[in-house]
Formats: sequence, structure tokens, C-alpha cells
Amino acid sequence: MSNTQAMATSFKGEILSGIHALGTTVIRAGTGADTLKAALYLASATINAATTAYSVTGEVTGTGYSAGGVTVTNATAPTTSGTTGYWTPSASLTYTTVTLTTAFDCVLIYNSTQSNKAISVHTFGSQTVTAGTFTLTMPTSDATNALIRIA
Amino acid sequence: MITTTKGNMDEALLEKREGQFEDDNESTAWVEYWDGDEMVHRSVHVHLKKPMISTSEIGGFS
Repeated sequence: MSNTQAMATSFKGEILSGIHALGTTVIRAGTGADTLKAALYLASATINAATTAYSVTGEVTGTGYSAGGVTVTNATAPTTSGTTGYWTPSASLTYTTVTLTTAFDCVLIYNSTQSNKAISVHTFGSQTVTAGTFTLTMPTSDATNALIRIA
Repeated sequence: MITTTKGNMDEALLEKREGQFEDDNESTAWVEYWDGDEMVHRSVHVHLKKPMISTSEIGGFS
């Protein structure tokens, strides 16, 4: 037997589930799973790793689109496999019957329960939608492909 | 029937144009319907392929 220096894999998954609080004070708006949302941003916006929370600045506007975007279906809790913690929304993000005439290329996933704090930014080729549906489908939720992974 | 900028229209009366794009980040397909020289419907389907990865490290004692 020997000892191996490592970060506990369970910790990676538990970070995603909000189990650990390494700060001095934690204030959570709820104790259950948070409500996540997904907002679309114009190609001209500046949404990146420095984005700390959802903002209407640079968000798309158009017929059928509500500011703040759509609710993310979060039916599957974060988990681990191998040494990776991961999570993926459990359904596609769908913006139904919208008209978004100014090019957009980004979706911000954020936590609407916790003061709209940012979670992740995902970019794609610039698009417009006309009286149609914009759908973002998710990768397979596993240690290799999940949308959010802590490896 | 399909939703358009002119209300629901019979798909058979419109010209359908489709396209797709794929790279390491995404696989995207779109469909457009045209009424003459006017685009009246455009839907887009993006499949995200590139995950957000945060690698973890721990420090040793020195």
C-alpha cells in the first residue's frame, strides 16, 4: 500500500452541489437545487470569464424573447466518474418562436436563485432567428463530454 | 403549416433552404423558408460539443 497525493474526486462533485463552504460566511438563498437560467447575448457583447452575473447589457432582444432567457432543466444532480466531477443540463435549451434579427453568438448560464451569479459562458457561430426556434442541445453528460467538468 | 413573419403559412408554398456547419466546438443546422425574395422563417439548432473544463491541482508542503 502507498499513499497518493490527490484532490478527492468526491469533492469535485460536491463543489458542484454546494456541499463545501471554504469561505468564512456563506449565505444561500435556498437549500435545494438552485434555479438556473440561460440568456443569449449579441455577438457584439462582452461576456467572458470575467462576467460575474447576468446582465441585460448586450442581451438579445426581439419578439418572443424574454429578458433573462429560459429556465435550464436541471433534473440530474452533478456526479463523478473516474477523477472528474461533472454536470450537464438535462434537456436542451429552447427559445421557441422568436425573432432575433441582430446576430448573437453566446449563451450565459447563470444561477437565478443565487443573485443571478454567472456559471458558464458558451459561444457558437453567430446566428439570427426569424419567426423560428433556436435550440441548444447538450453534449452527453459524462466525464469526457459533460458541459461543465472539474477534472 | 409553419410559423413565419406573415403568420402561419403552408410550407408547400415556400422555398426551403437548409444548411449546416460543424467544427470542434459545435454542430449547427439551420432551416430557412423564403416567400419569393423574402426570408419569412429561420430556425437554428446548435449542438454544443466543447465542455467547460476546470482542472484541479493541489499544493504540496514546502
